[in-house]
Amino acid sequence: MTGDGFAASQTAAAAGEHGLSRSPQTRRPLVAQAPSASARPTKAARRVRLEGLDAYYGDNHALRGLDLEFEPNKVTAIIGPSGCGKSTMIRCINRMHEEIPGARAEGKVCLDQVDVYDPSVNVVAVRRAIGMVFQKPNPFPTMSIFDNVASGIRLSGASRADLRDRVERALRGAGLWDEVKDRLAEPGIGLSGGQQQRLCIARTMAVDPEVLLMDEPCSALDPIATLKVEELLADLKQRVTVVLVTHNMQQAARVADSTAFLLDGELVEVGATDEMFTQPKDSRTEDYVTGKFG
Amino acid sequence: MEAHVATPGGAPSIFEGAPGARAADRVFRSVLTALALGILALIVFFFVFLVVKANPALSRFGIFGFTFNNDWDVSRSTYGAWPLLVGTLITSGIALIIGVPVAIATALYINELCPRRLRGPLTVLVELLAAVPSVVYGLWGFLVLVPKLKGAQQSLADTFGFLPFVGGHVAGPSYFIAGLILAIMILPIVSAISREVMSTVPADHKEAALALGATRWEMIRTAVLPYSRSGVVGGAMLGLGRAIGETIAVTLVVGNAPQIGKSLFDQGYTLAAVIVNEFGEAATDRLHTGALIAAGLVLFVLTLLVNAAARALVSRAERRQRATGGAVPAGAAAAARVGA
Amino acid sequence: MTALPVISARRRRTDLFARGVFAALTLVAIVPLVLIIYYILDKGLGAISWHFLSTDPTGNFLGDPGGVKSAILGTLEIVLIATALAVPIGIGVALYLVEFGRGTVLGGVVRYFVDVLTGVPSIVFGLFIYTGLVVTHTLGSFAGWKGAVALALLMLPVVTRSAEVVLILVPDSLREAALALGAPRWRVVARVVLPSALTGLITGGLLAVARAAGETAPLIFTMGSTLPTNFDPFKQMNSLPVQIFNDVGQAQDRLVTRAWGAALTLVAMILILTLIARTLARRSRLT
Repeated sequence: MTGDGFAASQTAAAAGEHGLSRSPQTRRPLVAQAPSASARPTKAARRVRLEGLDAYYGDNHALRGLDLEFEPNKVTAIIGPSGCGKSTMIRCINRMHEEIPGARAEGKVCLDQVDVYDPSVNVVAVRRAIGMVFQKPNPFPTMSIFDNVASGIRLSGASRADLRDRVERALRGAGLWDEVKDRLAEPGIGLSGGQQQRLCIARTMAVDPEVLLMDEPCSALDPIATLKVEELLADLKQRVTVVLVTHNMQQAARVADSTAFLLDGELVEVGATDEMFTQPKDSRTEDYVTGKFG
Repeated sequence: MEAHVATPGGAPSIFEGAPGARAADRVFRSVLTALALGILALIVFFFVFLVVKANPALSRFGIFGFTFNNDWDVSRSTYGAWPLLVGTLITSGIALIIGVPVAIATALYINELCPRRLRGPLTVLVELLAAVPSVVYGLWGFLVLVPKLKGAQQSLADTFGFLPFVGGHVAGPSYFIAGLILAIMILPIVSAISREVMSTVPADHKEAALALGATRWEMIRTAVLPYSRSGVVGGAMLGLGRAIGETIAVTLVVGNAPQIGKSLFDQGYTLAAVIVNEFGEAATDRLHTGALIAAGLVLFVLTLLVNAAARALVSRAERRQRATGGAVPAGAAAAARVGA
Repeated sequence: MTALPVISARRRRTDLFARGVFAALTLVAIVPLVLIIYYILDKGLGAISWHFLSTDPTGNFLGDPGGVKSAILGTLEIVLIATALAVPIGIGVALYLVEFGRGTVLGGVVRYFVDVLTGVPSIVFGLFIYTGLVVTHTLGSFAGWKGAVALALLMLPVVTRSAEVVLILVPDSLREAALALGAPRWRVVARVVLPSALTGLITGGLLAVARAAGETAPLIFTMGSTLPTNFDPFKQMNSLPVQIFNDVGQAQDRLVTRAWGAALTLVAMILILTLIARTLARRSRLT
């Protein structure tokens, strides 16, 4: 399952298969068609759709009527200048936004058919299905490497028997296993920054989420650690839908199937990544990607 | 800023060039330093005086004999502080067992669970417990709690009589009532320190737990409690130090019987209580006065040990969090607020 | 089929149960405060009258027990003297710690001793003064000023600690800005550091006063007790806490009622001080 990620994205790009679009009819269902073994996701992930999403911090209207769709098993990058609402948007998807005092969100965030803001929905289940990796690596400081990865699995009371297997699988999936397999009992905060971030990815993936939200996951990492995380993304999207907030346009260009540009809490443009960077439709996008502001 | 803090005195070289100002500053600095040194000297002086005045009793019974002899009898001029020490430990122990879980629960509820609007009011209410004077707790305990709880104590003693240290006839005042009052009195300090330490848990860790799909309680268990454990233990020990030294309230409700009670519902005595009660009659008896002052010394040393351990725990917990920034540890602010 | 995993009933129950327990225990923590305030109001309000506030306790076994005038005035005077001693010294020590003592050995030792003092039981302060000043008959035997010194010792660590907390918050950039203009350090402290920390310092002082005003044990050993009003701090004085303590143990209803009334007076004084301090503290945090 590892190793063929880049091939997959290249195939997809070559086929003109742009993960994200606002016109669903142009999208071909990847799983049903299964063009080749290498492009087939190992697990069909779920689609995320934002409908008329508004977010507030107290009186501050941070997101204004966002409509956006994230294709399953694709990496969608969210770019935009600081304060444009990127992080707010991503935190609305798994309802972490509401953890901030005074913050609230209105509108719909649908995971396939289910609106995660529906009153009947349990917020814990939402976060279980939609994992999140944060800007700063945040392994639990009191826990070992193993316990960090196991922490999510333990919450759901999974059988203890296959805990070790699942931890190993998660660490392998995060490309960390070979580096830490001999020191699983050591504290997670003893790792380097890049390793910590991959540990957090392993921790998130260990509970088998449908969607992976990444809020500027590389902004605290050095270039080499960044590259490792970016390589991982190609593998990860075989199993989950990835939403990646980044302030680094090169990163978006490198890893994202499609890209959305946010400005002042509004969606300016969304489309296939290469189009966004080569022939943007909106002049504001053009100004931003060519470095005129931001 | 870091470099500036590290410089002793922190005086930048800029004003080295102004000689008049330098002289005035030297005076300023000397005065403040003398003040600080004076405080140290004063404490040492008082401590030495205590030892000198306690000497008649200590030399008669020996430090060891005075502390560990189970025999305090004024009529025979025999002073062994063991029953008092045990009483102090029993009442403080009860206070910890009852007070600490409530205090921690309060801290968790206020910090992590309660609606935001309730936060401020609840904090004030809990910390107002620290504003009630000891003698008022004593008054309330003696005139309300002791008579009202006599029946409850008796039925507790009867129901759980099969347990060790429970049972027998309940007179009213008891270790248990004293412990209960102490529990209420240490609640604000333990709660304040716990809250302060828990609020140093980085939002990162709490969000990590929540984003993994943890419920509130699971988030508390995975992120908040492990991180703040040593600080909370330190807070509990500060509470213990407080309970050990508490005097007037305990004096009024513990029963003042100078022997070790057989049950938690028996009457007993504590180090602090004996000093208050016998101090008047002892005035003309050097041995008796010495014994009371020696009891004060034992109390002093006991609280020093407990507090030193507590401070070490709290500051370790804070250092881990505030390795940078050079701010005064959070616990100090909390301690100052509730007068610990 | 729903896209969301099922959260087991056991986990949801545990969560609800834990929240319930914490909420309930918080309620339990507040019950004693409510009860105490209820009883003090219930039993004490009846005792309070102009007569109660304006007459000294008579000490008569029969007839009119008198009020608590001397106790109120005594408490006010003693606490005032204690404050006048403890606040300047406490702030001075805090200034030393913040301005000169950072990172020095002496600074560390002094801070440690202040911490130690914070944990010393109030009765031990009483014994300090008793052995150091009363037994030695320094300027007389039991006297008001000795009680004040005991209270000042008790207040000192509270004042120092809270002052240190606010003084250290004064940004170094502010100090450096003034120093860079060539101002001597003492003037920087007087003109810049102290004024910008003023609210915080007052708050700390008030909290220390509130703590000292309710203390009983140190006064018993140092001030003695006397019934008539006495403003001379070199003689024995009465105080509210000691008055309450002496009245509680009496079997007479009238004295017990006086104790409740005195308790109400004392708690009201302390609560007002505490609330003022908290309001100030909140305001200083906001600005």
